[in-house]
Amino acid sequence: MRRSSDDRLFRIVTGIFPMLVLLIAVGIAFELSRQSMLSIRKFGLGFWTGRTWDPVSGVFGGLPFIWGTLYSSLLALILSTPIALGIAIFISELSPRMLRQPLTYLTELLAAIPSIVYGLWGIFVLTPIVRKLELFTPDWLKKVPLFSGPPLGVGMGTAAIILSIMVVPFTSSVAREILKNVPSAQREAAYALGATRWEAIKVAIGYGKTGIIGAIMLGLGRALGETMAVTMVIGNAPVISTSLFKPQYTMAAVIANEFTEAADELYLHALIEIGLLLFIITILVNALSRLLIWSTKQRKAPVYVFTAPAEDSVAA
Amino acid sequence: MTNATRRKIVSKIAETFCALAVLVALVPLVMILFYVITHGASALNLAFFTHTPKPVGEPGGGMANAIVGTLVLIGLAGLFAVPIGMMCGIHLSEYSGTKFSSVVRFAADVLNGVPSIVVGIFAYGLVVYPIRRFSAVAGGFALGLLMIPIVVRTTEELLRLVPPGLREGALALGASRSRAVFSVIVPAALPGILTGILVALARVAGETAPLLFTSFNNTYWSTNIMQPMASLTVQVFTYAISPYDDWHRQAWAGAFLLVMIILTLSIVARLAVRRLERMNRP
Repeated sequence: MRRSSDDRLFRIVTGIFPMLVLLIAVGIAFELSRQSMLSIRKFGLGFWTGRTWDPVSGVFGGLPFIWGTLYSSLLALILSTPIALGIAIFISELSPRMLRQPLTYLTELLAAIPSIVYGLWGIFVLTPIVRKLELFTPDWLKKVPLFSGPPLGVGMGTAAIILSIMVVPFTSSVAREILKNVPSAQREAAYALGATRWEAIKVAIGYGKTGIIGAIMLGLGRALGETMAVTMVIGNAPVISTSLFKPQYTMAAVIANEFTEAADELYLHALIEIGLLLFIITILVNALSRLLIWSTKQRKAPVYVFTAPAEDSVAA
Repeated sequence: MTNATRRKIVSKIAETFCALAVLVALVPLVMILFYVITHGASALNLAFFTHTPKPVGEPGGGMANAIVGTLVLIGLAGLFAVPIGMMCGIHLSEYSGTKFSSVVRFAADVLNGVPSIVVGIFAYGLVVYPIRRFSAVAGGFALGLLMIPIVVRTTEELLRLVPPGLREGALALGASRSRAVFSVIVPAALPGILTGILVALARVAGETAPLLFTSFNNTYWSTNIMQPMASLTVQVFTYAISPYDDWHRQAWAGAFLLVMIILTLSIVARLAVRRLERMNRP
């Protein structure tokens, strides 16, 4: 009797803390909405389609930042996904056993380097390299909108490269986990049908498809919210353009740059509203990504039982 | 060319691509470490650790206040996040099958993906705005919020590694559930949990974005947690975007120190985890 009441007390007392975690999640959404009310009331939905960002005259439109965040993340995914999946496949399927641990550790080291260090490296090492590439771009190529613009070094392309490097370890480590969970019977069956090594790997990828899409989305979530490194190399100009050379801006970057300068309440609320949208987008992307990853991991491998027919049944 | 040779060639090409992908990812890693070490180590000197920043134009000076500031900030973050995160992890591992636990686990994972700058805005609204002053407390609060999901998940995972025999033994001796958890199960997993906490501390020590408008920056020596406080990351950022060569060198030195701290902690953690895994192997 005494024991069960002790158990109940333990359950309730320790249960307070998970409640706190839920409270934080709800609290962020509540606080960000509350603190952006002025801007939400004044601009309504027009905030998301407005292209003018003019703090002096109090006109705020967030479209250039939304564009910059989505475009840079998309470019980063295009660059990082083949690399990340290649790494995951190499480590889980192809690499000699001896190399597996060190390679895992090295690729995960990329995730441990702070964003500010990426930014520093971006400013002083990557940007000059990109500027050189831009200077050597032939004129006929410059006519394509993707490669138009001044050869500054800072801009959308540099930001996308930095982002893609930062995203690789997240996507590759989850994809590797997913591949590890694919039952080996899947690959063996493919080999038994005469598949080459790559064809067997494709079978394994097909089996873990949902989880791998989840891994890519997890990377997307990271890219959308990345702040410092992008702020330092994207050039910070609220421009909507498909050009890789032109300086642009992202949602996280505008918050980082202008938050402490926001002199009046409306300006501050406009910045927080951008933060609110960033929060909503990343929550949705992350939630979907986790659901996909979980559903793959929890998928029960079919149990194949190969048993020799029992003696007596043969006799009968 | 027969179909079979064609398939074999495709397979070889794809395998080569995967191996190349690994090399391609290692290039930036090696490059970043190379630049941080060569530029950073040469800019490090005693003054870097003992002096506060000099005004523009005066050479020399260091980041003593920022180093202490970072330690204070992650200390505050740990004080706030470790108790909450550990208790939450204990609950999740004890009642792992309940619907409540799945919801919390999901929330923790999703929170882990919330951009740190958004967490910074939250801390600004909750701590900075009401008292109208940037403060180290606000920065520590923001970093703590970023730590909680990591501590929760590490604690839970490591508690699950504790052999069930330990719990059964404690219960058989007449221990209540709380007694079994706090006197037997948690201590058994404690070394692992502590390493997990170290890794989480290292991660938040490298955060810049949530500090920009919570703990802000401070060029003077300060240990008052109700005042703005310098941190290595914000100081590196300020110096990196400045136009002065001397400040750029200091930024590299700061980056070098950050990377060294994080590398050391992650290597220590990796060794500790490997030892634990060996111990728990039946």
